[in-house]
Amino acid sequence: MAENKKVLIIGGGMSGLTAAIEAAEAGNNAVIVEKTPFLGGRVAQLNKYFPKLCPPNCGLEINFKRMKNNADVTFYTLAEVEKISGEEGNYDVTIKVKPRYVNDKCVGCNACSEACPVEMPNEFNFGLDKTKAAYIAHNQAFPFTYVIDDRHCKGASCAKCVDACKYDAIKLDMKPETVNLNVGAIVLATGWDLYDTSRLDILGAGKIQNVVTNMQMERIASPNGPTAGKILRPSDGKEVKNIAFVQCAGSRDENHLPYCSFICCMASLKQATYLREQYPDSKAQIFYIDIRTPGRYEQFYWKVKDDPNVTLTKGKVAKITEDPSTKDVTVEAEDIIAGKKIKAKFDMVVLAAGMVPSTKNSKISDDISYTPDGFVVPSSLKKGIYAVGTLKSPVDVAKSVQDATGVAIKSIQSARRSK
Amino acid sequence: MEKKYGVYICKGCGIEKAIDIEKLSKNAAKGAKVPEEIVKNHAVLCSPEGLELIKSDIKEGTNTIVIAACSPRVKYEEFDFPGTITERVNIRELVAWSQQPNTEEAQMTAADYLRIGIIKVQKGTLPEPNVLEDLSKTILVVGGGISGLSASLEAANAGYQVVLVEKEAELGGWAAKLYKEVPRQYPYEKLDDPIIFSKIKEVESNLNIKVFKSAVVEKTEGQPGLLDVTIRNNGTSETIRVGSVIMASGWKPYDAAKLGYLGYGKPNVITSVQMEEMAKKGKIIRPSDGKEAKKVAFIQCAGSRDQNHLPYCSSFCCATSLKQAKYVREKNSDAIAMIFYKDIRTPGQSEIFYKNMQNDPGVLLTKADVTGISDAGNSSLFVEAENALLGEKIKVEADLVVLAIGVVPSTRAPQEYLDGLTEAQKKGDVAKNAYLETTPKPEFILNLDYRQGPEIPSLEGAYGFADSNFICFQYETRRTGIYAAGCVRQPMNISEAQLDAAGTAMKAIQCVEHVAKGIAVHPRAWDITFPDPLLIKCTACKRCTEECPFGAIDEDEKGIPFYKINRCRRCGTCMGACPERIVSFKDYSVDMIGSMLKSVEVPDEGLRIIALACENDAYPALDSAAINRKQLHPSVRFIPVRCLGSTNLVWVADAFSRGIDGLILLGCKYGENYQCHFVKGSELANYRFSKVQETLDKLQLESERCQLIQIAISDYDKLPDMINDFVNRIEEIGPNPFKGL
Repeated sequence: MAENKKVLIIGGGMSGLTAAIEAAEAGNNAVIVEKTPFLGGRVAQLNKYFPKLCPPNCGLEINFKRMKNNADVTFYTLAEVEKISGEEGNYDVTIKVKPRYVNDKCVGCNACSEACPVEMPNEFNFGLDKTKAAYIAHNQAFPFTYVIDDRHCKGASCAKCVDACKYDAIKLDMKPETVNLNVGAIVLATGWDLYDTSRLDILGAGKIQNVVTNMQMERIASPNGPTAGKILRPSDGKEVKNIAFVQCAGSRDENHLPYCSFICCMASLKQATYLREQYPDSKAQIFYIDIRTPGRYEQFYWKVKDDPNVTLTKGKVAKITEDPSTKDVTVEAEDIIAGKKIKAKFDMVVLAAGMVPSTKNSKISDDISYTPDGFVVPSSLKKGIYAVGTLKSPVDVAKSVQDATGVAIKSIQSARRSK
Repeated sequence: MEKKYGVYICKGCGIEKAIDIEKLSKNAAKGAKVPEEIVKNHAVLCSPEGLELIKSDIKEGTNTIVIAACSPRVKYEEFDFPGTITERVNIRELVAWSQQPNTEEAQMTAADYLRIGIIKVQKGTLPEPNVLEDLSKTILVVGGGISGLSASLEAANAGYQVVLVEKEAELGGWAAKLYKEVPRQYPYEKLDDPIIFSKIKEVESNLNIKVFKSAVVEKTEGQPGLLDVTIRNNGTSETIRVGSVIMASGWKPYDAAKLGYLGYGKPNVITSVQMEEMAKKGKIIRPSDGKEAKKVAFIQCAGSRDQNHLPYCSSFCCATSLKQAKYVREKNSDAIAMIFYKDIRTPGQSEIFYKNMQNDPGVLLTKADVTGISDAGNSSLFVEAENALLGEKIKVEADLVVLAIGVVPSTRAPQEYLDGLTEAQKKGDVAKNAYLETTPKPEFILNLDYRQGPEIPSLEGAYGFADSNFICFQYETRRTGIYAAGCVRQPMNISEAQLDAAGTAMKAIQCVEHVAKGIAVHPRAWDITFPDPLLIKCTACKRCTEECPFGAIDEDEKGIPFYKINRCRRCGTCMGACPERIVSFKDYSVDMIGSMLKSVEVPDEGLRIIALACENDAYPALDSAAINRKQLHPSVRFIPVRCLGSTNLVWVADAFSRGIDGLILLGCKYGENYQCHFVKGSELANYRFSKVQETLDKLQLESERCQLIQIAISDYDKLPDMINDFVNRIEEIGPNPFKGL
């Protein structure tokens, strides 16, 4: 195959996977470069999708199966692009691959993790629990190969995992590698990070134990999360019966994120159903500026709104405080329709935190223009380079998939142009 | 291909500790009638040394391979032996990791699985693709608005021929009627000129695109690659062969005549569409007297978000009104624009445009529910509203009112007509004929020759939008090779429609490429197998034609089915439907699965239960339960199936006549928000099961012995208990009375 029929996809989340697989299924060759040890990105961290409330791992499983059956999709994990040069049809790319310390002989038996004496915060669960330094993110992770986190691993002086592994799969002396590729087109699909809610002083994130982010809430509700899907609050593991959602936590705020993060209204409505389904006597209150449920999502909004145990209050939250003895959380807000102040106590508060493009903090390439908020300016991209999904503006999974599928044909056009 | 067998058992990952490998090897040879010397084992079969064992046998001619090791979901690269029939037998997850080690049960489970695997390869043959002749790779695009034009260009620029059919005399659709567009780029300050005219030029000068204007699709017959489309154009019809279709037939504004309560009908109340026309002509005026409008009120959600009108949000009207407010302000700096809204919906970065507009002191935004428009004298109007901030009722004067009119997909009218027809049909022929005579037939778009209906169907509760049922797969369609783009699918703005169009163009070209290679399209987008019925035994019962979810089977005048194989998604629903059991794939057949489950050893004491598991969701859930080292009940044997829709009732007889005590089907959620990627596989299986239950009762076999459990891939934590519950119920019922007969 001519090299120019090769497309590089930076980012192995839903957008990247989609772009790669779609292009490959039309006969092109796709290489995914993913920064973390596993594919699936943010989608793998979600409990359910809105509005269908179906499990995201179902779609990931299909996509992984499509990849397994298609030799034209390959991937590097723990890998980042260091340098891009050239032009459409002929881009030279330098990729730095960090050591996994576990090779392909890994069988996924968990012995290394059992032997590992080091505990570290579980990033997959946004620090809600701990994991070993030798670990796998979750039981449907792909690739199903363990990894050793060298920021925490004690190295050769410990090596208990090496002894525990019967398959000669652990190599603590693994070194970073550099891979050079020549590709015809490049898709930027590095996704998004959650806004750092600790900057929202008045909302108590990071200080009040029972104030969590929306992404943490996904993990709490997930069967493969820190509480095996039981919605329990972090401070004392008590069942959450009374919850508040604070919309636009960072978003639509000139001092934080001036844009709307698109997904948070639907996410909070969805998360209210998690709680309502698990505890029939539970209550949820959502504080919002505008409820944004475009298109047919409106129907989901109506369904949740119809639940008498869900209250929607238009108004900005002014202050969140903690009762030091009970660890309950008090929310002070203004109900601007009723024209009164509200002060109410909750078991737990979820901040519907905003979406920050990954390019806000780590620029992919210097010759791309970004908005002050870090979004890629699409018109600034060189020919043969395409940005997808949340790098251009906050969008949900459905829109990311649409965009990523479309980007696949763009990469095919690049290949054709440079024939 | 003459089969030469090799059976390889892995001892690693705890397998050797859980079961006696020697015993398993002997048992395999005996039970499955293969020579003992071909059964080999290795400490770590996936290691280079283990793989060498297999590869050296392949060099010696072994071509039919059974690997008893881990789940087929892992080590797929290692155990990939092109040109062979290879079957993975999962004795790691389903035995070593989920059964009590060193028990008689664990040993029997492993022996059953290995025997099942050997029988599977004995019954299977190596598939070859079925490539039809005279295939076309041309893409048909229906609709020449922004979506259709974009889709045409995307496909054409990827090297494909395109036929574009536009109903109107000119290309451009609604986008060509706009004065300006909402800003496309940061800082979202300046309105953009419409992009559509450059698109029209590009299309008209593109040699790969053939444009039909003032044309409609009269009929679409055939299957992907061989779709014969009859296009009527200026009174003449011509038929063109295409490979796949993009339906970009767009939307219509909601019928404003139904919005009398918002003043429509009064001279100075216009829709947002009329506002564009006016702005394009020049000044913003009051139609009643031609004077410049000084106070323009915009009423959001005119039709949208209203149970009595459109129960969805039309997505782009908020940004449109903000844009039109800018028209008002730019054309006359003395004029003010007032926007009455329920919620302002400017998701993503369009929020920045909203912010910019908020900063204009001549743009006033008020949250309120508009209750009516009344006359204020002198052709001016009052906007009356309630539930404004602080719960107030308000009354504001305006000299022009603009209704931000909602979106209705062009598929809505055909869908409603067809829904009505279905209802009438249920009441009998008289009602049906009366319906056909009295109901005006709306404009159909594709006029597909398709058993399940002539258009891309709308989902339940989708109000005619031809949307995908799947979040992960936005272009998963129920009409193979036919994809919907733009507002016919979801309400969306121009930029979104362009992206969406590119997505459908991708799927359309992928479809023709797959068909050219004889590969299925999504979701089994690697599969070269296909259903191949032994028609000599067909009784023309038509069940396969009726149950195929994708209209891939039609029947001739004698009622004998024939396949439009390029529509087939390889789910095996036809195989499950066939009472004569004559539909087979090379690697999947009624006889194969039947033989596999008949090979399960039925113990004299204790229960034996078979579970057929959907391979996309239920099977990975079993794996995941095992990875968490959850115990799976030792009485149950799990057999993966392509889709529960492929479950043939004869398997029930096969199982019970052998003395199996219970049968569980593990499949996807069905009904509204169904999760089956073959539309209704699990639902059909459940339907068939309900039929068989009567037979079971006749045989004095309790119908509770058969049960379908709807599970999702994420239910792995609950699954073992669900299975235990079923086993407990069977225990209460007692053993199968046919046991030992």
